[in-house]
Amino acid sequence: MDAILIQILNGLDKGSAYALIALGLTLIFGTLGVVNFAHGALFMIGAFCAVTLQKILTISVTTIDPERTDFLGNPLKVKTPYVENWFGPEIGAAIVDWAVPLAILLAIPVMVLVGFVMERGLIKHFYKRPHADQILVTFGLAIVLQEIIKYFYGANPIPTPAPQAFTGSLDIGVWLGFDPYSIIYPYWRLVYFFFAGIIIAGVFAFLQFTTFGMVVRAGMADRETVGLLGIDIDRRFTLMFGLAAAVAGLAGVMYTPILSPNYHMGMDFLVLSFVVVVVGGMGSLPGAVLAGFLLGILQSFASMNEVKSLLPGIDQIIIYLVAIVILLTRPRGLMGRRGVMEE
Amino acid sequence: MRRQNFSRRGLLKTGAVGSAGLALPTIFTSSASAFTNAPTGSSVTLGFNVPQTGAYADEGADELRAFQLAVEHLNGEGDGGMLNTFSSKALDGTGILGKKVEFVTGDTQTKSDAARAAAQSMIQKDGAVMISGGSSSGVAVAVQGLCQEAGVIFMAGLTHSNDTTGKDRKANGFRHFFNAYMSAAALAPVLQNLYGTERKAYHLTADYTWGWTQEESIAAATEAMGWQTAEKVRTPLGAGDFSSYIAPVLNSGADVLVLNHYGGDMVNSLTQAVQFGLRERQANGQDFQIVVPLYSELMARGAGSAIAGIPGSQNWDWKLEDEGTKAFVKSFGEKYGFPPSQAAHTCYVQALLYADAVTRANDFNPCAVVEALEGFEFDGMGNGPTLYRAEDHQCFKDVVVVKGAENPQDEFHLVEIVEVTPTAQVTYAHDHPMFAGGALGECNPGA
Repeated sequence: MDAILIQILNGLDKGSAYALIALGLTLIFGTLGVVNFAHGALFMIGAFCAVTLQKILTISVTTIDPERTDFLGNPLKVKTPYVENWFGPEIGAAIVDWAVPLAILLAIPVMVLVGFVMERGLIKHFYKRPHADQILVTFGLAIVLQEIIKYFYGANPIPTPAPQAFTGSLDIGVWLGFDPYSIIYPYWRLVYFFFAGIIIAGVFAFLQFTTFGMVVRAGMADRETVGLLGIDIDRRFTLMFGLAAAVAGLAGVMYTPILSPNYHMGMDFLVLSFVVVVVGGMGSLPGAVLAGFLLGILQSFASMNEVKSLLPGIDQIIIYLVAIVILLTRPRGLMGRRGVMEE
Repeated sequence: MRRQNFSRRGLLKTGAVGSAGLALPTIFTSSASAFTNAPTGSSVTLGFNVPQTGAYADEGADELRAFQLAVEHLNGEGDGGMLNTFSSKALDGTGILGKKVEFVTGDTQTKSDAARAAAQSMIQKDGAVMISGGSSSGVAVAVQGLCQEAGVIFMAGLTHSNDTTGKDRKANGFRHFFNAYMSAAALAPVLQNLYGTERKAYHLTADYTWGWTQEESIAAATEAMGWQTAEKVRTPLGAGDFSSYIAPVLNSGADVLVLNHYGGDMVNSLTQAVQFGLRERQANGQDFQIVVPLYSELMARGAGSAIAGIPGSQNWDWKLEDEGTKAFVKSFGEKYGFPPSQAAHTCYVQALLYADAVTRANDFNPCAVVEALEGFEFDGMGNGPTLYRAEDHQCFKDVVVVKGAENPQDEFHLVEIVEVTPTAQVTYAHDHPMFAGGALGECNPGA
């Protein structure tokens, strides 16, 4: 029983990331009709916003310590971050320590801007082109973006730890009456799960309870009619692209303590997120969220030794098997709407 | 009707001239075409095949820096580095056999097919007489096979699988880097001292040739000293999130987690294992421990504070105190501003060893080089007295056991040396079962 609970918990944080990326993908597909293969790269750029802020906060003044020597035997150059000089060692260290959550403030404008430039500069020219063209151009863009990141940040993972306050883990097993240490869950993964919940709820509330969201939903249902009412739906859809980019970016920022950022992390998530979108139903926002959590949990179960000993390699293919079964039994996905991708 | 105007004398003259003409190319080129890419001009070209893109690009960049430094030293530029400490004095800074050393580079992308294509291009188009480099055992095995077929020497870079000089060994291939067996043989006694003999280990293993041999080696070594193996779980390469593989460790009855991972996998699995509180928990009445058999400074940088106190092994470390290491660190550090990695060290040494073998053999012919390297004993290259064993072309030398520093003074001091394990402790028979199933075969000069 405890093993099952552990895997459900593990699936939740992975599913949260899938759900957030798939939510953005679905938003873009539902509004602009674009299959955006660069969406994983947006997740990756978000993660590197956290890396960038961490680097900015640790820009240091160098002083010479004559008492100590460096690896060549020269007097040691000691680096002290400017923030520690400006705000004192304790507050300065705390600011550096909280770099990941603080990066949210950097990531929101950066990601909206990146999304805006991406949409206006490239993707809008492919609205009326076949999906194959859209996939090719956005996939190419993703490769360009990841190579740019690699050029500036290198190929190795860069550690971006969670704040000290969240580095431990929670003994959930004791709460539930199991033996101590039987169900352990890191604090930051809990934070990520709740953060994802807040973002998802925020996006749904924005679409459901604001006039802007109502117009967007109307545009998603019937773009032409909304246009005939004199509403500039294209501009709103461009803003939705920016919103989707910001959601992917925030998902990336907060995921960095779980997975040290590297230039290809977006590509690792992209394919799975597309499967999530298809399983959830093309264009369905609740479907994307539901499928994200469902597939995340299933993937965790498939990694259990008991399952792998019965079906070797199942952890690698479970998501695709589920996708095949769902598409055979429910061709529009779990919550897909009639008419989407069917013309 | 045309009249034939042949005379007997004319026919003999024509025949003699014709025969001489046909024989001419063979007479003047016989020595040049005796082996692939025999250098004919005033320079010789070496091919450095390193990952310039892909997950190990940073490691590849460090290898390339080391190769460039080696070429400078061979050509008599710079301070000479390890040429000053190398026990063989055949090299004098005038290139190789008086020919200036030039080099071309290829990008392995850490993919076997890309690495073979790059090596093939350097051999066929650029005339490389030797190929070196790489940061993956899969790549090393593939390129070694290609070099054997093409008739050039392969001086392996960073490759740690037993198979490289085991079942996949080749006469034209040589490995300076240590292997999984040696890691385990060096690490096991240290683990016994640190954690005792009553332990139960849980293995997470990268699912490819290196991971398999690493798991086999460390499991055998720890079982020999009394440890039990609770479980061996294979994880897909590049899994990213290892939480679903780490969580079952909690209830497995194990009190040690062995991470047979390298590169990004090692960074992620170690970081996540620490996040799951494994190092704070107790199991079987003992503190839970994590072991990473193969360390890398570049990976330690990625893992950050998670690496503190974790034991592992290295082929070499820049903090060693011997004269060879000091000379290399000085050359490399002054040129690039930071100390070299173990990947850089092994590539630098391999380039020098090849040049030295050619010089001692007085011949670029791969078979002459093989003969010069087989059974070659040397010192002054950072690992103490070293033997290039003739039976499998594996170097036998000291192994460095390390652990993550608790309070590193800077980013270059992330690992501390625990001990230097002597060669005798990591030496094995060339027909050891873990290395069985392969044969060197005959050296191939190509052409």
